[in-house]
Amino acid sequence: MTKVTAIQKAASINPLKSSQPLGAAFAFLGVEGAMPLFHGGQGCTSFALVLFVRHFKETIPLQTTALDEVATILGGADHLEEALLNLKARANPKLIGVCTTALVETRGEDFAGDIALIKQRRACELAGTEIVLVQTPDFDGAIEEGWSKAVTALIDNLVAPEAAPATAPARTDFDQINILPGWHLTVADLELLRETVEAFGLTPNIVPDISGSLDGTVPDRWIPTTYGGTPVDSIRSLGSAAHTIAIGEHMRRPAQRLSEISGVPFTLFESLSSLASVDIFVTLLAQLSGRPVPPKIRRRRRQLEDALLDGHFFFSGKRIAIAAEPDQLYALATFVTGLGAEVVVAVTTTPNSPVLTKVPAQEVRVGDLGDFEDLATGAACDLLVSHSHGRQASERLGVPLMRVGFPIFDRLGSQHRRTILYEGVRDLVFEVANVFQAHPHVHTSEELDPFRERGDYHDRHTQIAHH
Amino acid sequence: MMKDKVQHLFDEPACQKNQANSEKERRTGCSKPLTPGAAAGGCAFDGAKIALQPVTDVAHLVHGPLACEGNSWDNRGSGSSGPMLWRTSFTTDLAEIDIVMGQGERKLYKAIREIATRYRPPAIFVYSTCVTALVGDDIDAVCRHASEKYGLPVIPINAPGFVGSKNFGNKLAGEALFGHVMGTVEPDDAGPTDINVLGEFNLSGEFWMVKPLFERLGIRIRASIPGDARYADIAAAHTARVNMVVCSTALVTLARKMQERWGIPFFEGSFYGISDTSEALRNTAALLVEQGVAPSLLDRAEALIAEQEASALARLAPYRERLAGKRVLLNTGGVKSWSVVSALMEVGMEIVGTSVKKSTPEDKDRIRALMHDDPHMFEAMAPRDLYKLLAAGEADIMLSGGRTQFIALKAKVPWLDINQERHNAYAGYDGMVELVRQIDLAIHNPVWEEVRAAAPWDDAGQLTAAHSESAGEGDPSKEPAASAYVARHRKKFADTRVDNTDPNFLAHHRKKFAGAAGDDMGEC
Repeated sequence: MTKVTAIQKAASINPLKSSQPLGAAFAFLGVEGAMPLFHGGQGCTSFALVLFVRHFKETIPLQTTALDEVATILGGADHLEEALLNLKARANPKLIGVCTTALVETRGEDFAGDIALIKQRRACELAGTEIVLVQTPDFDGAIEEGWSKAVTALIDNLVAPEAAPATAPARTDFDQINILPGWHLTVADLELLRETVEAFGLTPNIVPDISGSLDGTVPDRWIPTTYGGTPVDSIRSLGSAAHTIAIGEHMRRPAQRLSEISGVPFTLFESLSSLASVDIFVTLLAQLSGRPVPPKIRRRRRQLEDALLDGHFFFSGKRIAIAAEPDQLYALATFVTGLGAEVVVAVTTTPNSPVLTKVPAQEVRVGDLGDFEDLATGAACDLLVSHSHGRQASERLGVPLMRVGFPIFDRLGSQHRRTILYEGVRDLVFEVANVFQAHPHVHTSEELDPFRERGDYHDRHTQIAHH
Repeated sequence: MMKDKVQHLFDEPACQKNQANSEKERRTGCSKPLTPGAAAGGCAFDGAKIALQPVTDVAHLVHGPLACEGNSWDNRGSGSSGPMLWRTSFTTDLAEIDIVMGQGERKLYKAIREIATRYRPPAIFVYSTCVTALVGDDIDAVCRHASEKYGLPVIPINAPGFVGSKNFGNKLAGEALFGHVMGTVEPDDAGPTDINVLGEFNLSGEFWMVKPLFERLGIRIRASIPGDARYADIAAAHTARVNMVVCSTALVTLARKMQERWGIPFFEGSFYGISDTSEALRNTAALLVEQGVAPSLLDRAEALIAEQEASALARLAPYRERLAGKRVLLNTGGVKSWSVVSALMEVGMEIVGTSVKKSTPEDKDRIRALMHDDPHMFEAMAPRDLYKLLAAGEADIMLSGGRTQFIALKAKVPWLDINQERHNAYAGYDGMVELVRQIDLAIHNPVWEEVRAAAPWDDAGQLTAAHSESAGEGDPSKEPAASAYVARHRKKFADTRVDNTDPNFLAHHRKKFAGAAGDDMGEC
């Protein structure tokens, strides 16, 4: 079991985290016709908005209740009501996702009560628009928690309980499979999941589905809300599926909640970025559908085998530092160690995920990019893995950076990189191997001198399988 | 003229393999005739270029149509301690019209001018190729004229591809150095302990693992040819007191000729393997003492050898536990067929076979001496047989060159490159420790377990028994869409949970699917 060490200092230096409400808004962006609304100050929204835009290079619908001084002291319910009415009038969204921020949570209002009152009072004006509340103070959690809470809130608000037969006419659609993806899956990952599930004759219901909304299409008219994404009705129908597949430990909460409400059983994949886990995933689909594995998928598996064979040389004995949110850290760390590399530095955002104790590293440090850089400095790393803010450490240490997660603002196309299933793992193998090939280690005469100071890189015998 | 040269080079009295041949065999030459349709390996041009390319400050100009250089440049990783011009590719890139109109010599002359004025290298090596040799371009004359005109040595390398094999090209490259370069510079610092190392390519900088050992003994490397060599060093190589020949079949002729002309004694050796490195230091010291150096050198050499061997063995020791009993297949030939064997045996590895395709009778004797009970020598093995052997799990790792890499990989057997394309440095004492470390990394890479696991379905995509039994009796595809079906589904997956940190997950998973109670997901 990996040791998880908590934050050990007061000043966070070069933060690794993005805030919890950003994660919640991210999830709402995967719902069709949705408008995430931050209940807080204007800045709470604009910083998140700018970060989204820098990452996705898209217009991002994200609104704010714009609390002012007076509301901050006297209470923000009026601002919330006004914001909801304005949004309804101007954009007519099908769903408004209210994400609370640190500001209003510190005041400590009864948001659920406020929203219930507003819904009652403004029933006519707000008809046809679902309002979903998720409590996501910035001072707790990070993207994972925000995303997970938002998906749970969608299920809580929209999925009818099993015991209410009137609202659930057709109990089970045998071909429907729910997919609850973690936030770290890309647009391309979701497209791949959909194709794979469909290849078995099953119908995937992906919640949330950013592949329709953040994939960078060009609509033929101006749309103020999200376009694409999971339709609200599809979220309502989650309860009638034959099975739920959740991806990432942080999706356990929504999957569990769904099974409690509607009795749909679930399978949780902590990662789909390894040959073995994808085998299980494909086996599950074959069993659920009762169909053979299609030739296309079988061929992809063989291609992955070959990629693993060709690629493992570049991973053998490499020392890698990773800073990422818990599930992504786990997925990447198991991926690189599976090919013979060693994770010598593992830094994550929040301490709560049980998956952290399974990360194949000596220790997982809850911290920031400052910790990441400090730890990497003494660890003779061959590769840094983090989001774009890791670039400063990369420059200072002279070690290449592979960008993963959020935000990636200095590279294009991060949403179209595949990271899961046979194709995605294959791509990952190539991507990492190519970073190594682009930064070859050229031996110098000093480094190979038999009379040099010992105990350096060349002599280390440490890569002795920990896994 | 070329025919005489070929005959002359084939008759190499210093070649151990040649000595073992009969008079008649010796006349036919050492290189076997190529078999059209079943030939492998490079041509003489390839061999000449490989043998000279690592000379770092020289411009290497290939006179011919594009393919000879265009398809082969920048393919080797020799280390340079300074100039990088050797990595820049120069070719006359002859076009059809040049060949038809006989413009080749003119184009070559112009190309030399352009390189001489733009790069100002200390020398230019001009390589002939099949086409330019066939149409009769006189590169010797062009080089001579250009050399006078531009005031720098322009050296013709006459090794068109059709004259023979890669190995023969190595010899022709040595000829060019002997005939045109060596002895043209008299250094002002010639010393009594200067030596040359011939046939050392400094791959991945590995000669730098050895050079300081010589320097520690006060021995100076006048020229390492060709790895990390500079033109002036080769030109002054005739002042060295001893030659060590490393890749013996390539440049042994050069060593013999240097002995005949300048009286430089030589010995053959290798830096691959602990005992070989020691032997190389010992032989160098002995020959230098014969040349008049104070005999105390021998004692200092022995002291250094003792210290270095002890250090290397100490660093190998931790691998013994991890590698003892692992089976190695060496598919390389020549010196390496035995030189690494002793280090591998030192950590308890078992040699299940070693190829003796390019080995001399002496190489074979050494293999027998090392692996007395059963030497497992084999001549070249057909890819099909090799695959069969590897796929049957008869070796835990194969060490070879890049050509057989994919045979091992497709058979899902670890493989390590020990030939010229590799990226790791394996020379000297440290190099052998590094080789063992790399073998350890390769064998223990978790990827093998992953890729060797069979897909959970058969050739038709139907789940194999272990996976489908969980779906209950009968074929689920024939099952009607009934509530019982779904209920069973739901029950079936109620306990599933993925823990893919556990390599045995699939096995557990199957068991769980077979009806065992789940542990942590009772509610769903």
